[in-house]
Amino acid sequence: MAKKLMKGNEAIGEAAVQAGCRHYFAYPITPQTEVAEYLVRRMPEVDGVFLQAESEVAASNMLFGASAAGVRTFTSSSSPGISLMAESISYIAGAQLPVVYVNIMRGGPGLGGILPAQSDYFQATKGGGHGDYHLLVLAPSTVQEAVDHVILAFELAEKYRNPVMVLGDGMIGQMMEPVQFPAEAVTEPPDRPWATVGMKNRPQNLIRSLFLNADELEANNLELRAKYDLMERDEVRFEFYHADEEMDVMVVAYGTMARIAKTAIDALRADGVKVGLVRPISLYPFPKRAVREAAGRAKAVLVVELSTGQMVEDVEWAAPEGVPIHFFGKVGGNIPPPEDISEEISKVLGGKATPRGLYGRVEEAS
Amino acid sequence: MTAATIFGTPESLTDRVTHYCPGCTHGIIHRLVAESLDELGLRETTVGIAPVGCAVLAYHYFACDFQEAPHGRAPALATGAKRARPDLTVFTYQGDGDLASIGTAELIHAANRGEKFTIIFVNNAIYGMTGGQMAPTTMPGQVTSTSPAGRDVDQVGYPLRVAELIATLRTPSYVERVSVHTPHHIINAKRAVRQAFEYQKAGRCFSLVEVLSTCPTNWGLTPLESLKWVEETMLPYYPLGLKKSPDDEV
Ligand SMILES: Cc1ncc(C[n+]2csc(CCOP(=O)(O)OP(=O)(O)O)c2C)c(N)n1
Ligand code: SF4
Ligand SMILES: [Mg+2]
Repeated sequence: MAKKLMKGNEAIGEAAVQAGCRHYFAYPITPQTEVAEYLVRRMPEVDGVFLQAESEVAASNMLFGASAAGVRTFTSSSSPGISLMAESISYIAGAQLPVVYVNIMRGGPGLGGILPAQSDYFQATKGGGHGDYHLLVLAPSTVQEAVDHVILAFELAEKYRNPVMVLGDGMIGQMMEPVQFPAEAVTEPPDRPWATVGMKNRPQNLIRSLFLNADELEANNLELRAKYDLMERDEVRFEFYHADEEMDVMVVAYGTMARIAKTAIDALRADGVKVGLVRPISLYPFPKRAVREAAGRAKAVLVVELSTGQMVEDVEWAAPEGVPIHFFGKVGGNIPPPEDISEEISKVLGGKATPRGLYGRVEEAS
Repeated sequence: MTAATIFGTPESLTDRVTHYCPGCTHGIIHRLVAESLDELGLRETTVGIAPVGCAVLAYHYFACDFQEAPHGRAPALATGAKRARPDLTVFTYQGDGDLASIGTAELIHAANRGEKFTIIFVNNAIYGMTGGQMAPTTMPGQVTSTSPAGRDVDQVGYPLRVAELIATLRTPSYVERVSVHTPHHIINAKRAVRQAFEYQKAGRCFSLVEVLSTCPTNWGLTPLESLKWVEETMLPYYPLGLKKSPDDEV
């Protein structure tokens, strides 16, 4: 198939169709509404279902019911909408259902703004809803990768019977790039002997997250944990960009920030500066081992995010003792140009930046 | 001469002993649903959606596939399941806290879209499961643990009449209120529940049957007094009967 120039949000919609998803339930919110506007036209062409729900609460619960009935289903939303979905995401994780969420993040907290941000890292990777669970989280940095991640998300959701989130910032949704859809994106849906499709000549199928008996709930919790252990072993994804080479500074960034960081790194490397990038692609499971190993070889680490510092906490947790960890963030929808990142890297190199310490910035500043 | 069974457990019910309190009419309502599914031959294509409330464990008592929803969200799950597989028979079974308080948005919009599933709405004028708090359907002056001086309508308004509310929607639907406090009323309630599933079977419309039910435990009454309380206190405020038919003019 030839490459096609597409807006990120539309490409995400098409990727879901290519992945064999025929059931989309959603509620409009900037900056991802084009997914719905694309699918309202596209779904009927493939005998699919498009339904605009009355709220994100309802949309996500429609996914719950549809997935429990054994079909591939997904929704797209942005930060405040994902908060409303959090309740059902927790139920869906507990009930072990495959559902795909796309979060095209905007700035927060609260209503925040509509411009790009990486504000929901904590929410996406640490649960978001109540209870002891994880989403598998993928973070694309190009429109092509968003397409690939949406397709992969369905596969992983079904493999683990777990909700999977594709976490893009607003830039991914809004920019236009050439994309290519894989020739055979539709994977054969696995058997779903657990689906509630009518009880004919078999015992009851029951989709639930309620276990009033302590031992039964513990068993479900441990079953979930066993899946997360497998994910942490088998689903870690990351990219090394000159991070195999000698590094004075190792940058860590994901999503579109990683792209901007690459431009900065290219410019610095042309001047002979030893700098590389580790780009987490799976945010959960976090590439802890890769970050630890690479950080151990660097003199300093710089984490760059469109937040005031979220993923940096995981980098601190992953990095070996003694490596100074710096942070540079832009928020509110402001996007740093590559020069700002180069400047920050230079500051770290020149010993002119203060690393994050054990006691936080206030103490160090005073 | 061979003996004929004229009364037994419906195929759509399991033989599990329920956890419902003595005198609670949840069990009767379960039976009416199960008999209707049996009679219409729907059991093997049915998916029930359990609420959060005393009926959360309904899935143990119905012999059909089940999903257990977050509090109030059953109509959204039912929408997803029915849109995914229109050939399924989908019903939700919800209490008044679940449906008329936390789940009003999901209820109204499912009804307004004309989703072709069935809601069995059990109105017992109280939050049973959590130990007797005030519901939107609690009667004026009714004492509950969160209205110890009786429901004060100046502060919290009048009880919500769900059947009438849904009947105002223009989208065609079947809405009826029934009660199960006497054998005569039970027979009539059965007709309504069956009618709702018939409309669903025909792919006709959204259907909701509101059933007035007892909660002797949290009303602080004996089972017999509870039946009388339905008759004397609830019936005058919650008039029984057909509220909307898909044959009505739009
Ligand atoms: C989000 C959420 N809020 C509150 C509760 C606690 N809760 C459980 S059941 C219930 C009320 C149930 O009352 P009703 O729907 O009338 O059912 P009944 O028990 O009377 O049949 C509440 C508030 C909950 N489980 N989830
Ligand atoms: S608490 Fe009330 S509604 Fe719940 S089972 Fe007991 S009597 Fe029935
Ligand atoms: Mg109740």
